Amino acid sequence: MPDGLDFEQRLVALENELADLRAQEDSPQARERIARREEQLARERRRVYAGLTAWQRTQVARHPRRPHTRDLCRLLFDDFIELHGDRLYGDDPAIVGGLARFEGRSVVVVGHQKGRDTREKLARNFGMPHPEGYRKALRLLDLAEKFGKPVVTFVDTPGAYPGIGAEERGQAEAIARNLRAMAALRTPILAIVTGEGGSGGALAIGMGNRVLMLENSVYSVISPEGCAAILWGDAAKAPDAAELMRITATDLLGLGVIDEIVPEPLGGAHRDWEGTAEHMREALRRHLDALRGKSPDELLAERYEKFRRIGAFEEASLPPPR
Amino acid sequence: MWFRREAPRRKVQIAEGLWVKCDSCKEIIYRVEVERAGHVCPKCRYPFRITARDRLAQLVDPGSFEERNAGLTSADPLRFRDTKKYPDRLKAAREKTNLDEAVITGLGRIGGFPAAVAVFEFAFLGGSMGSVVGEKLARAIELAIDKHVPVVIVSASGGARMQEGILSLMQMAKTSAALERLGRSGLPYLSVLTDPTTGGVTASFAMLGDVILAEPRALIGFAGPRVIAETIRQPLPDGFQRSEFLLEHGQIDLIVERRDLKDTLTRLLAFFADQPDSVV
Ligand SMILES: [Zn+2]
Repeated sequence: MPDGLDFEQRLVALENELADLRAQEDSPQARERIARREEQLARERRRVYAGLTAWQRTQVARHPRRPHTRDLCRLLFDDFIELHGDRLYGDDPAIVGGLARFEGRSVVVVGHQKGRDTREKLARNFGMPHPEGYRKALRLLDLAEKFGKPVVTFVDTPGAYPGIGAEERGQAEAIARNLRAMAALRTPILAIVTGEGGSGGALAIGMGNRVLMLENSVYSVISPEGCAAILWGDAAKAPDAAELMRITATDLLGLGVIDEIVPEPLGGAHRDWEGTAEHMREALRRHLDALRGKSPDELLAERYEKFRRIGAFEEASLPPPR
Repeated sequence: MWFRREAPRRKVQIAEGLWVKCDSCKEIIYRVEVERAGHVCPKCRYPFRITARDRLAQLVDPGSFEERNAGLTSADPLRFRDTKKYPDRLKAAREKTNLDEAVITGLGRIGGFPAAVAVFEFAFLGGSMGSVVGEKLARAIELAIDKHVPVVIVSASGGARMQEGILSLMQMAKTSAALERLGRSGLPYLSVLTDPTTGGVTASFAMLGDVILAEPRALIGFAGPRVIAETIRQPLPDGFQRSEFLLEHGQIDLIVERRDLKDTLTRLLAFFADQPDSVV
């Protein structure tokens, strides 16, 4: 499956046909055929993308052509200087971060980094960080606080890596420490789920004053495959698990977990990076502007309340002695 | 992540009856002897899993515990239904444990020192953390700030509760943020890890203790050993993710036998209760 997802087959066929037509010699008939195909293509895009299931969105969120953190840094920022290493053990390629300029303003950026081809996927460990990645993120958060710069994070990981070294070096502690550090950070944090929000490994850089999701991203406590394996002993039932867990941006907005959905161009972010970046720029500008006016104490209080409120429970009418 | 299968392969535990078999040394032991030792194997000192009520009785001074927020119960925000409905699983867990949720929280005294105390019940859906567990912990921590007392949490949990989806994940953020506030108030948090403590619980409040204690041989980790073994396709080293392994790798402060736990907590609370030389 290089580029085409199964539910996109007809769409991709139309796109290829159109590309062929455009490559042909120019003539009034050719132009007419191109116009007809374009119309057909637009209809097909609307048809497919209007009613994506949770599982289809998961596949879009994982699409190898989807813009990843380093792509977004190139697309969104005037300048980006990547910084490396956690100053403790190593440099985790599954998390990247650095100093960026967004429309004349300095921001610190941290994001998960996936690969596109097999070699890069392996090099980036499929976007699954080790503790070093989270500690690099922490170091960059501290840097942002020290110099009063806002933090922008891009969340896109299947999850924190489950391995021997990761456990030996304190995967759980690294994530937990980041959660506490983000709760304490005295500068604005804007988190955007751009692809896959995989559990604690995603949240570990995701505790923003604002949390946004790209339209076709997903965010869940366990992968649909993992959930299906646990529930039915069959990872192939992932599509059912994806529905059951309510993992789409619309679901999370409804559950009060995120603040806003950033739209993607019709056909998904993997079809139109610049169109995606345009929507993201608008969201970044608006939220960074709104957060810039707030004092550190306000930022902390708001971030606390934001996460303090999340949850669903019932309380016996007996008043608690609180 | 914790979830019980329909037909669980249960480890041999303290079974009903006069005799029990130890998980660790496989000895057959007289049940009364095990109970007398605080649910610890008299042969090999392996600590069996115990109920939250028993744990409280062992740690908190008699008559000092006031439970708080016992009336919080889980909603079913996702209307989660697999082979069973989530509300039915909750109902079964309530009947089995005689508790409304997977954690008991309240105020009590340990060796005379007041503290906000939270104790997990592993038998309640694997001690998993959903909205109620997160909320009860956050309230207990906020109460500690209010009353100016330390926090003691005894964890036993498989992690986030899958049936509440993303809301469970967000309890990691909620509890960690509450502990951040506690720390800013200059109040200590003692985290006690017992068998098992894994997943989103370990990756949030459990590893944030100012002092982190563990019972011997407890399974403690982020990912479960089965997931790791399936990922790396290699056998796991002996003792991997057990308390002793974590101590060796610098992840926890102390391993404390169950019979010494109350005394150790008391000594720690005494240390922190001393008037500070200077308040910054
Ligand atoms: Zn034994």
